[in-house]
Amino acid sequence: MAQANAARERRLTLLVSTRKGLWRAQGDATRRSWKLSGPQFLGHIIHHCVADPRDGKTWLVAARTGHLGPTIFRSSDRGRSWHEAKQPPAFREGSGRVVDHTFWLTPGHSSQPGTWYAGTSPQGLFRSDDAGATWRGIDGFNEHPQRKSWCGGDQDQTPDGAKLHSVLIDPRDANHLYIAMSSGGVFESNDAGAGWHPLNRGVRADFLPMPDPEFGHDPHCVRLHPAAPDRLYQQNHCGIYRLDRPSDRWEDLSAAMPKSVGAIGFPMVLHPGDPDTLWVFPMDGSSVWPRVSPGGKPAVYRSVNGGKSWQRQATGLPKLQAWFTVKRQAMTADALAPAGVYFGTTSGEVWGSRDEGRSWKCLAAHLPHIYAIEVA
Amino acid sequence: MPVRVLIPGPLRSYTSESSVVAASGESLAAIVDELDQRYPGIRFRIIDEQGAIRRHIKFFVNGVQAMNLQPRLQDDDEVMIVCALSGG
Repeated sequence: MAQANAARERRLTLLVSTRKGLWRAQGDATRRSWKLSGPQFLGHIIHHCVADPRDGKTWLVAARTGHLGPTIFRSSDRGRSWHEAKQPPAFREGSGRVVDHTFWLTPGHSSQPGTWYAGTSPQGLFRSDDAGATWRGIDGFNEHPQRKSWCGGDQDQTPDGAKLHSVLIDPRDANHLYIAMSSGGVFESNDAGAGWHPLNRGVRADFLPMPDPEFGHDPHCVRLHPAAPDRLYQQNHCGIYRLDRPSDRWEDLSAAMPKSVGAIGFPMVLHPGDPDTLWVFPMDGSSVWPRVSPGGKPAVYRSVNGGKSWQRQATGLPKLQAWFTVKRQAMTADALAPAGVYFGTTSGEVWGSRDEGRSWKCLAAHLPHIYAIEVA
Repeated sequence: MPVRVLIPGPLRSYTSESSVVAASGESLAAIVDELDQRYPGIRFRIIDEQGAIRRHIKFFVNGVQAMNLQPRLQDDDEVMIVCALSGG
């Protein structure tokens, strides 16, 4: 509740990362009215902008342009001023690998202020211990003798490049990490990234010839519940899954979704206080994978029982002929009560709900293709 | 005499919007290193971590395209950095 009150006092800011720059939407105290500002980094491709919850003032941006190489910009004053990283994520010289872009940013454990993790395309894992000024590769992953087997080649993966994403840190143990890769699957480390093992039992990979592969899966988004860190959820290329540790077998929740909608999508958002409540945004993954709202009727689906059943939440959303979808970083929730849920679309709209998805309102439109939304 | 380096628009945030800067060095690699000393970060935007010129970047020395950073330079040479016209 104290966290909720603090968030209410400072008012929420949505960090809207797009293909053409960074925008901000600031809410009033009631979250009814939102004011859009920006752009910053106009023309830059912003894959992720994330605020550091540990100090409330540091923001990192993962950027590149169509022509220039990737970099990280850092702000220590909530986006008023920015400084470029002195040493952005880059593979070891001589490795032959080249970072195309930094795709995912995760603030480190609460006991390690200044530590951040970054996932890149192609798949690489990097760490900074100085709030994003300099980055080093985590050799336990990047140089792992099996990395190539886990990931496949750098150039033959998802349409916008193979990605390492969903870098998750156990709030009870700074050394306990999870990562996910498209493709490659989910992997776990118990020693701060020195060693890794696959964690994909029970997850389908129906695009592979083998029936039950150890790795090679395509998780789209994996979330760990901060208040119940033994509970993980996964939105996968092949459905929706839940994992309750110490089990290492994911439970397939896909059958509970309506058949006409399916269980394919990219984002997944967890309720900040209730480990049984989560939201997904399904997309059309039939035939050639149109990657649009099924039937042109966008809807969020919410479960309040850990994925056993789902309710359609579309009040306020377009009823037909709306063909956008939502990327894996472009949906999030705030920490207020009731929780606010927000998503950004491939058509440049920001939608928000201040009542846990029961009703939706368009907060901003006409922006570029939205890649990520985070709450600051 | 130093070498003239022509800076394309997307990189001028590093050079305080200067379109032409002077640099000294015996090779293209040395020029790029000197630019990075003066304008930190500029190198990695145009040269990747394996030392290769990035895909959409071209270097011309006195109007002749350089395929890598090895070409030797002489006083009064002109180095032109170009961002390819592509994308949308």
